[in-house]
Amino acid sequence: MSRSFDLLLVGVMLLNFLVLGTSRIRVCIQAAALQGVLLGLLPLLVHRSFDWRTGLVAAGTLAVKGLVIPSLLLKAMRDVQIRREVEPHLGFVASLFLGGIGTGLALLFAGGLPLAPEHDGSLVVPASLATLLAGFLVLTTRRKAITQVVGYLLLENGVFVFGLLLLEAMPFLVEVGVLLDLFVAVFIMGIVLDHIRAEFSSLDTERLAELKE
Amino acid sequence: MSAGLAAPALSLPLLLALVSAALWSVAGLLGGGLEPRRSGPRLFAALAVGAGTVGLVGAGAAFVAGGRAVPSGAGLVGLDALSALFLVPISLTGGAVALFGLGSWHDGERTGPGRRLRLALGLTVAALVLVVLARHALVFLVAWEVMALGAFFLVGTEEDRPGTRRAAWIYLASAHLAFLALAGLFALLRATAGSFRLEPLAAGIAATPAGTLLFWLALVGFGLKAGLFPLHVWLPPAHAAAPSHVSALLSGVVIKIGIYGLVRVLSLVPDPPAWWGGTVLAVGAVSALTGVLSALGQHDLKRLLAYHSVENVGIIALGVGLGTLGRTRGETAWVLLGLSGGLLHVVNHGLFKPLLFLSAGNVVHATGTREIDRLGGLARRMPGTALAFSAGAVAICGLPPLNGFVSEWLVYLGLVSTVLGRRVPDAALAALAAAALALVGGLAVACFVKAFGAVFLGEARTDDGREARDGGALLLAPMAILGAACLLVGLGPALLAGPLGRAVSVAAGPSAAALGPLAAVAPLRTLGAVAWAIAGSLALAAFLGLRARSGFLRDLRRPAGDGDAAASTPAVTWDCGYAAPTPRMQYTSSSFAATLVRTFRGVLFPRHHRPDLTGGAVPEPGRLFPAPATFSSHVPDAVLDVVLEPAFAGVARVAARLRAIQSGRAQTYLLYVFVTLVVLLLTL
Repeated sequence: MSRSFDLLLVGVMLLNFLVLGTSRIRVCIQAAALQGVLLGLLPLLVHRSFDWRTGLVAAGTLAVKGLVIPSLLLKAMRDVQIRREVEPHLGFVASLFLGGIGTGLALLFAGGLPLAPEHDGSLVVPASLATLLAGFLVLTTRRKAITQVVGYLLLENGVFVFGLLLLEAMPFLVEVGVLLDLFVAVFIMGIVLDHIRAEFSSLDTERLAELKE
Repeated sequence: MSAGLAAPALSLPLLLALVSAALWSVAGLLGGGLEPRRSGPRLFAALAVGAGTVGLVGAGAAFVAGGRAVPSGAGLVGLDALSALFLVPISLTGGAVALFGLGSWHDGERTGPGRRLRLALGLTVAALVLVVLARHALVFLVAWEVMALGAFFLVGTEEDRPGTRRAAWIYLASAHLAFLALAGLFALLRATAGSFRLEPLAAGIAATPAGTLLFWLALVGFGLKAGLFPLHVWLPPAHAAAPSHVSALLSGVVIKIGIYGLVRVLSLVPDPPAWWGGTVLAVGAVSALTGVLSALGQHDLKRLLAYHSVENVGIIALGVGLGTLGRTRGETAWVLLGLSGGLLHVVNHGLFKPLLFLSAGNVVHATGTREIDRLGGLARRMPGTALAFSAGAVAICGLPPLNGFVSEWLVYLGLVSTVLGRRVPDAALAALAAAALALVGGLAVACFVKAFGAVFLGEARTDDGREARDGGALLLAPMAILGAACLLVGLGPALLAGPLGRAVSVAAGPSAAALGPLAAVAPLRTLGAVAWAIAGSLALAAFLGLRARSGFLRDLRRPAGDGDAAASTPAVTWDCGYAAPTPRMQYTSSSFAATLVRTFRGVLFPRHHRPDLTGGAVPEPGRLFPAPATFSSHVPDAVLDVVLEPAFAGVARVAARLRAIQSGRAQTYLLYVFVTLVVLLLTL
């Protein structure tokens, strides 16, 4: 693991804060896309030597997380004609503050986890947990369905970073599994979005509370 | 048949019993499947009577074959004397009930309930037969569950009436609880004995913790079905809500299956500890006492009879417990008297309780109400039903010359011999149980005087049943069959010594070899002679009474015929101020029982709904007369209404607070996941 590897992980964590702090949905999606691009670069840096299989994983991640899903989301945003603001339950400052606490906690947790010795100093686990928690924060505090998808993306990105630990042990299987999982999730979200809109003529998940009982 | 016979083929009695089960299921399927117009009900009744007859013949053949264990088909089913003994009430009562159902149940416009009723009835009785034949745990459990579910549909037949669904749900809940305990019981048997076959266990298991658990699972699982206090909660509502012939089946046969299971499992254990028998005995005594006390407070004829089932199952458990205690102590007289009294009471209760339920059903059918205090004077309009009810009442009170006397006397004898045995804890327990049994007998007489007096004697209290009639032969014939069987057992108990002795030796399990003949300890001939003497004097008294009455009438007429007929108009001389008596002045059943209910209010928790004398009953300013006010009282169930309902209501209140967790917002649910994740990571 090199300095550039850790630098990319710091970038991933900073992008979490951008997602939490911005009031614009477009910026949210773009930040998630940029995070996807950084994640796509990460596998290349795990191995010193270039391996065609690692390259394939990297290219796949880049394409799906960096291009396909964000463009799908942007298209959805255009198509359904929603307002461009995020409309959070929790203010941006408070979100950023909680995100900071989450990142701190992630560093704390990472110290407590029983890891293999070669991963001890690296930022992989803290970055993964921080991204996971940020994803959860977006999921719980944003009301629009489309921002929920972004939150889910962040969550998956955290899982993906964690999967990097296993990349040397079982490289291919994990990654393909993660991508597939994500792909299915986005499709389901897309279908759910469409149905929510058809049913309530709005994409505000608050309206879903009417389904209670 | 010797055990050395190779290839355990189906023996004739077992084959007959299996044919009977098959006929019952065919009857159920045809009765449920065929349209009522296309003679579904008649076909059902005919097949059911046939199945009952085949079952009776099978049971008789098993007794004649006499073997301890008739060779069984592939080890899954078998027919021994104990099974045959339970087969008798199943077949007899099943047939009588089906016949009564043909007369009392009319399909009317909506044929659904009737078809469901016949289907469930046929399948339930078939499953009952299979339960007593089962020699393999899985066969037993499957048949048991079919029976339990069938009975659920039977109870819920008239689901559109108020209270029926509630009764059915209570029944279903307790049936499932029972099944849970039994599944645990048989799993434990498999684990300890290594086989699903119902075969005698190794000595020494009873003393282990597994043996203790085995006993409690059996007591709870079978006690729930048998309706032992305090597990009887399903019994009164279910019996009251079901159609009357179904109540007869439930009370006469279905709850006995709980007793059968208990006896069968106890017979598998070679060395039951003393506290097993003692517990069963104590539970039986408590059950008998609370059953009869609760019955005293009831206004509903069928609920009253249902509580008497609790009482009688208690008496049966008393006998079984005494027999088990005797096995531990090696006292053959206790075993013989206790078990024979208990098992004979199973048969007897299976005869006279259906008789009572069918006659009560006839009353309900003719008058349209189950409220005792709305009836009265039915003996004149329904003499056949009144005779049947009084016969059942005499039998259930344990009075000679009918059958209840014989079995209760055997239990008494067993208790007395235990008391005379002077072993310290046993004698004390038996003395208490004997006192309880005596009290139960007295209270039962009071209760049936109340029920019979209020329903059949006096004048009609309301317009319900002014036009009541006995009904056709289809209604009276089943009652006549059951009543005749009651009389037969009462007059000829010595005839039963053989079959009963064989059943007892099966129920006594491995310790049966040391038992002597039943006739050596049980004075069955004497009991029969007592019954004949009492029956004879009753008949004589009746004959003389009739003659005296006709003579008296002749005497009355003679002076009138002497001359001035116009001068003698019948008139009251002095009528205590009752110038214009109305039927409402009669003693009601509640007022008859009020003293006893008040005496036992510590157990019964009677509830009174008094008029509010400070408010509405006192005239408001400007009004001259008090407002109409009502008073009513009822005796709730000591377990269901006093303990369980408030407890469940409390649980529901607490649980309702948890509903706040369900906000309906996806974000909140995700927050729960989030918080859980953070907490897990923190504690890691």
